[in-house]
Amino acid sequence: MMADTAPTPAKQLDHRYEGIAKVTGKAKYAAEFSQPFPKANLAYAYIVQSTIPNGTIASVDRYAADLAPGVIAILTPFNAPKLAQGPPQPPARRNLSLLQDKDVHYNGQPIAVVVAKSLNEAKAAARLLTIKYVTKPAQVSFRERPGDARWPKNPGKEPAGNHRGDVQAGFAKSAVVIEQTYVTPIQHHNPMEPHATIAWWEGEKLNVYDATQYISGVKMSLAKTLDIPVDYVRVINPVVGGGFGSKGSMWSHVPLCAMAAKATGRPVKLVLEREQMFGPVGGRPSTVNKIKLGASADGKLLAMQHDVIMNASAMEDFTEHSAGPTKNLYMSESNSVTEKVVEVNLGVSTFMRAPGEAPGTAALEIAMDELAEKLKMDPVQFRLVNYAENDPSHDRPWTDKHLRECYSQAAERFGWSKRSATPGSVTEGNALIGYGMATATYPANRSAAQAVVRMLPGGRMFVGSGTQDLGTGTYTIMAQQAASGLGIDPSLVEVKLGDSTLPKAPVSGGSQSSASVLPAIQDATTQLKLKLADLAIADIASPLHGLKTLDIEIKEGKLFNKNNPSQADSLADLIARNGNKPVEAMGSAEPSESKDSMTSTSWGAVFAEVAVDKDTHMVKVRRVVGTYDIGTLLNKKTGLNQLVGGIVWSISFALHEEAHIDPVYGRVVNESLAEYHVPVNADIGAIDVTVLNIPDIKFNPIGSRGIGEIGITGAAAAVANAIYNATGKRVREYPITPDKIMAARGLA
Amino acid sequence: MKSFNYERASAPEGAIHAGAAKGAKFLAGGTNLVDLMKYGIESPSTLVDINHLELKQVVANPDGGVIIDALVRNSDLADHPLIKTQYPLLSQALLSGASPQLRNMATTGGNLMQRTRCYYFTDVNFPACNKRAPGSGCAAIKGYNRIHAVLGQTDKGSTSGESCIATNPSDMNVAMAALGAKIEVEGPKGKRTISFADFHKLPGATPWIETALRPDELIIAVTLPPAKFAKNAYYLKARDRNSYAFALISVAAGLEMDGDTIKSAGLALGGVAHKPWRNLEAEKALAGKATSPEVFRRAAEIMLRDAKGYEHNTFKIEMAKQGVVRALTLASLGTSETQGTSEGTQA
Ligand SMILES: Cc1cc2nc3c(=O)[nH]c(=O)nc-3n(C[C@H](O)[C@H](O)[C@H](O)COP(=O)(O)OP(=O)(O)OC[C@H]3O[C@@H](n4cnc5c(N)ncnc54)[C@H](O)[C@@H]3O)c2cc1C
Ligand code: SF4
Repeated sequence: MMADTAPTPAKQLDHRYEGIAKVTGKAKYAAEFSQPFPKANLAYAYIVQSTIPNGTIASVDRYAADLAPGVIAILTPFNAPKLAQGPPQPPARRNLSLLQDKDVHYNGQPIAVVVAKSLNEAKAAARLLTIKYVTKPAQVSFRERPGDARWPKNPGKEPAGNHRGDVQAGFAKSAVVIEQTYVTPIQHHNPMEPHATIAWWEGEKLNVYDATQYISGVKMSLAKTLDIPVDYVRVINPVVGGGFGSKGSMWSHVPLCAMAAKATGRPVKLVLEREQMFGPVGGRPSTVNKIKLGASADGKLLAMQHDVIMNASAMEDFTEHSAGPTKNLYMSESNSVTEKVVEVNLGVSTFMRAPGEAPGTAALEIAMDELAEKLKMDPVQFRLVNYAENDPSHDRPWTDKHLRECYSQAAERFGWSKRSATPGSVTEGNALIGYGMATATYPANRSAAQAVVRMLPGGRMFVGSGTQDLGTGTYTIMAQQAASGLGIDPSLVEVKLGDSTLPKAPVSGGSQSSASVLPAIQDATTQLKLKLADLAIADIASPLHGLKTLDIEIKEGKLFNKNNPSQADSLADLIARNGNKPVEAMGSAEPSESKDSMTSTSWGAVFAEVAVDKDTHMVKVRRVVGTYDIGTLLNKKTGLNQLVGGIVWSISFALHEEAHIDPVYGRVVNESLAEYHVPVNADIGAIDVTVLNIPDIKFNPIGSRGIGEIGITGAAAAVANAIYNATGKRVREYPITPDKIMAARGLA
Repeated sequence: MKSFNYERASAPEGAIHAGAAKGAKFLAGGTNLVDLMKYGIESPSTLVDINHLELKQVVANPDGGVIIDALVRNSDLADHPLIKTQYPLLSQALLSGASPQLRNMATTGGNLMQRTRCYYFTDVNFPACNKRAPGSGCAAIKGYNRIHAVLGQTDKGSTSGESCIATNPSDMNVAMAALGAKIEVEGPKGKRTISFADFHKLPGATPWIETALRPDELIIAVTLPPAKFAKNAYYLKARDRNSYAFALISVAAGLEMDGDTIKSAGLALGGVAHKPWRNLEAEKALAGKATSPEVFRRAAEIMLRDAKGYEHNTFKIEMAKQGVVRALTLASLGTSETQGTSEGTQA
């Protein structure tokens, strides 16, 4: 049921539900379990990866490895059990490397698994394998091959080409036109917790602890891949040390671990090494964005054209929809976007925090800055002139949009009015100071979800759903939602998630967990209230005995008569009289019908100040100010934390992150956190984030639109634009490292 | 990891004796050696743990200089009053390196001996690296060579068994080169002193030989000559993030001033060559001159003379020149307290 008025906000927990368990080491991550199997039986698997980018495996000499101490089994394409691989599973149709053939498509592909009594023994034995290949010529770069670009085979939810109006006519009548190419690099997610699986069989039944964003997805994918009934698989994952999309689909190591467990008859643990996370578990593709914008002299966008090419693995297509924002972030008379892929011998690309919008805003929002400058307009004013009142890409209304307030509030807090419009004009000692801004955006998603709630003895409550907590706060907001249903304190709620025996919930990706799971909990608590009311009515010992269900209200741990509030019963007493038997209710929810008649999107405005050293060309992001319209803020701590974390990612996008591929061998050369740079504390200045906190009840009854990804959008371009404002140098290729600033041509 | 023997030495003699075994290696802080063992690049037969040797002092030398024992940790060295006041250049260089955790483990001897961060050296899955597998070629020449050398490299083509364009990654070494340090070593054949300029080697035709230290020799101490640059020193480090990254280029600049006139200079570059790059001609060109942008620029040109860049690292040549001018300028203005911290080296 959809409420007409804003929902009463749930009482917030001040601290993360699982925070103490995490900081005291009691929270167990997937690789840390040593039960319920006999711990002594636990074996360790190590994945052997290819060292060529293209070809076939001619032979594996395993003689020395077989004799190495501790070795239990070695699986190779020559002896691995043949699988009847079922059709691919959502959310990503992954083409896995499960030793079923001898083909090598990229350097780093899993090609064998060594199982030993200890990890060190497994690794040592792996080095003793001699693998011979028949090599084929490989293509590992794509930028110089635009002629090889083709339409993606599976573009996903959005088409890879989209045209509205007549862009050529639009450019022809434009007073001002810019046309530039913006490049974003290949990135790898690198959550703190590496991918990890423990698999053990109980007869035909398979259990796994798995570091995943999608327990039900792993369950279905494992069942299909190994050709066993879905009900035979159980996936457990109570806490996740980050995923950012890389744990959104099941990768090869999970079935390989299950296969190793089957082959050895032991529980097997398989944890990826950090350097194994640069290829076999996905990454964000590099995008080359050719953007052309045209506007009238008074700044109205008349035409926007955005043509993208990106790398796709020879194994499988994935489309990074970086042209997405060009379709609907601003109102333009016309627009045209295309997204094409060029095949390379690299690992598979996948969703990475704000897929599409992160690189898309990074590119488009520099272009907008360039056009504003050419128009001699303030960048904020330019955006306001082209404010999209409706969704131009679908010609339909937004469920809600307060982006104007985001611009004005953030600009005010930042002190945007003090910006010098002349690049390179503000110095402090040896530093050039600059201001920049950009728009942030990310679509609001929602899927079907289910939840279970129970009223427990002592006024306590239980809530469960087969969702995941990636460190984002799912536990916390589930407790809050369940508690608010009965009007009790959230600290009285016990939460369970991350177990596939719980009611089903979607992948924790696309910023949709709260928008999907909370309405299901809301539904469950509504059912629970009815059951509790009926229990009281039927209970002769209850003061409410004999009343009508409709007359009973539940609040603050009490049931009472709406017409006579002094006639009340406590939930604890009710359950006690029920023989302390918990009362349970199920709930479910799915996207409302408005889904196809309206567009739901989150918004933000983000401003950055940088200092650029004149001689070292190093950048310091002194401060970032952002205001976001994300619907209801469910929990201050966990919500703002995600926005701040997103902005840190965006600074990383702007200045640091890039996987460098060797041009000959196609291996990622900087496959460690020493050389794959992400910001350190010294790189992050003050981050000041606020949200409007206006519920979007047309999107869902809770009014929240999800908060996990929008933070990484926009801020990268705000930093890039600030660097331009500081130096007069436009760097159009991320990350903006000191050498690129030094090399860029300044203003004459 | 391969199995190895572990021996804990309690005195230098014992360490030297144990270190004489074939394939033995000394273990100091382990921050470089242990990583390389895990990656399969180093596989010592015996690890001789020298952490318990009584070589942890920094003391004034009767000649007016200072003696730094081999096992003094990088953080202790950077914070030592003698170093902070007399050799701020060294203090700044140390503090610009790695992270506090690493500096707490890393030792003076280990830092001297740390190996290159060349990606092709640290990943055994690349087939060509003369340093790791002599004669196999050099994958960096046609590879991703942004962090590689522009001075003093050996480039006879990617397939030559002599080629190597790797850099020495240390910050400490750059300052020690500019300060004119000496290294005291001891082996089964006795003690000797090696000048800093002779300690690290250019790749020449044998890129796998990196220092003048013989495999069985133990570094006992580093000595610094009497301080000349205490008042006018600056260590500049350009890098991809504001901390915890190796230098793209770095400059150690020390000036001995007489009013506005430079009496003598110590100048060295990091991140550009197989060893800290020093050119006495540049130091001579500074001596006796009044400070000026032109004088500094000339020193920069001399330092970078004959530099040759590759596809991804040519920027280092101009960046190093700008760095030399900036470091000399700041040094001439006087050593400041905040230098070497992230605020000091950054805008
Ligand atoms: C992520 C990361 C970032 C880093 N960033 C920087 C940076 O920015 N700048 C920088 O300068 N450094 C940096 N370092 C490198 C660090 O400074 C070195 O790892 C450290 O100095 C090595 O010292 P150690 O005592 O740990 O040496 P170990 O690892 O113990 O030994 C290194 C080598 O020295 C030999 N050795 C040690 N002591 C002696 C002795 N007394 N006599 C003879 N041989 C000896 C060992 O046998 C071994 O071959 C970084 C390291 C890491 C891991
Ligand atoms: S530069 Fe030197 S260390 Fe690097 S690959 Fe070439 S030979 Fe090896």
